[in-house]
Amino acid sequence: MTTPAPGTATLEVRALHKSFGALKVLEGIDLSVQRSEMVFVLGPSGSGKSTMLRCCNRLEEPDSGDILIEGDPLTGPGVDLNKMRQRVGMVFQSFNLYPHLSAMGNVTLALRRVQKKSKAEAEDLAIAALAEVGLSDRAGHHPAQLSGGQQQRVAIARALALKPTVMLFDEPTSALDPELVGDVLDVMRTVKDHGMTMLVVSHEMKFARDAADRVIFMADGAIVEQGPPEQIFGAPTHDRTRAFLSRFHG
Amino acid sequence: MEQIIQQFFNVEIMIKALPLVIKGLGITLLICAVVIPMGAIGGLFAAIGSLSPNRAVRWLSIGFVDLFRAIPPLVLLIFIYAGLPFAGLSLSPFVAVTIGFFLNNSAYFAEIFRAGLLSVPRGQTEAARSTGLSQAQTLTYVTLPQATRNVLPDLLSNVVEVVKLTSLASVVSLGEMLHAAGLVRSLTYNASPLILAAGIYLLLLWPLVRVIARFERRIAS
Ligand SMILES: Nc1ncnc2c1ncn2[C@@H]1O[C@H](COP(=O)(O)OP(=O)(O)O)[C@@H](O)[C@H]1O
Ligand SMILES: [Mg+2]
Repeated sequence: MTTPAPGTATLEVRALHKSFGALKVLEGIDLSVQRSEMVFVLGPSGSGKSTMLRCCNRLEEPDSGDILIEGDPLTGPGVDLNKMRQRVGMVFQSFNLYPHLSAMGNVTLALRRVQKKSKAEAEDLAIAALAEVGLSDRAGHHPAQLSGGQQQRVAIARALALKPTVMLFDEPTSALDPELVGDVLDVMRTVKDHGMTMLVVSHEMKFARDAADRVIFMADGAIVEQGPPEQIFGAPTHDRTRAFLSRFHG
Repeated sequence: MEQIIQQFFNVEIMIKALPLVIKGLGITLLICAVVIPMGAIGGLFAAIGSLSPNRAVRWLSIGFVDLFRAIPPLVLLIFIYAGLPFAGLSLSPFVAVTIGFFLNNSAYFAEIFRAGLLSVPRGQTEAARSTGLSQAQTLTYVTLPQATRNVLPDLLSNVVEVVKLTSLASVVSLGEMLHAAGLVRSLTYNASPLILAAGIYLLLLWPLVRVIARFERRIAS
């Protein structure tokens, strides 16, 4: 990994299009996320937020458009996808921890098998990552022995341990009981404070207001408007944004 | 009553038959030792193939599994042993049995592994791939361990089936246990050797059947 030229976005999405059969899900997304920026993506269900996120590590194959990580292309010929994916951490709504492995095993798997670290080195890195999410004392626990919130924090540690350039979060707290949401948001806050670049799909409005550097509103596969949280929440310019946000104000 | 004991539970004849039956047991175990691992590996590959995104690989694998699940193993065995010589391929009874059971058995193992692989949620693969694991690594470290655990009782049941299946080898005069017992029976005009063989099968398989029942109960709970 070379240092990118100054001014290069950490994550850059250009003219991203994606259809499922006849259904056009993304109709030209342009987006850049700067180093250490936390960008929040809001939008009604079905507007293509997950699809956009999943295109950013090619769990979904874009139909057209470019995705660049610190200027390095993720799509196109000659891309070493498995290498590039280590630079894009992903956190899923349903955690997707490996149930047959302990928290430690979940975090060390890619460190060992992809990054080819020694067992000792991988475990040191895993302990550090688990400590960052406040779970160093749960390293030996299996997912079934952890609460939902703890599972999601292990999932964050699993992504974090690979030292990605950018992390994608797809509704990381939507599957959690309300009382467990705070812990996960706190961890995300810590991760941000340590300088991580983050693209987050979530409906945690209060958190977005407090922590996000920028908020994007998406509808029907396109970005409708974006800006700092004060602007999007305080003075949205589009009707669709206003209509969407009004549903979240009590 | 006296006659039944005389005909079926004649200890004297059983003792006489024992050396030959034990030798047959050795052959039975040898067939199992070859066919079970080969069948499991063949079945695993056929299962992976049947889920491949490559259409040719998928169809070939599914065709293989369907074909050898549909052919009765006895017919397959007779075809390989007695039919192939007409095509200029003469095989020893042991090789013929091994090939026949391998084909039959991998088809059954394939169905079980396929069900196991399908039982692992897609999110598992996505999580693994998103950390840079290759397709093969994802299979090895993430999906296959879960798949195997999910269908362990079925895999073990299939092992029991294979052990019982070996008795078919007698049709090609391979001296496995039942064949040996049958031989002694025809010499003595007494069925006791068959009971002896049945007892050994029971001894061999009963612990396995118990283990399966325990797994099934654990999975159900
Ligand atoms: N694999 C898929 N196959 C077909 N349609 C899909 C697939 N994934 C998503 N979609 C459709 O694409 C649209 C956008 O989905 P998604 O990106 O999940 O939206 P969001 O995350 O904003 O709710 C929805 O209409 C959804 O049904
Ligand atoms: Mg979604």
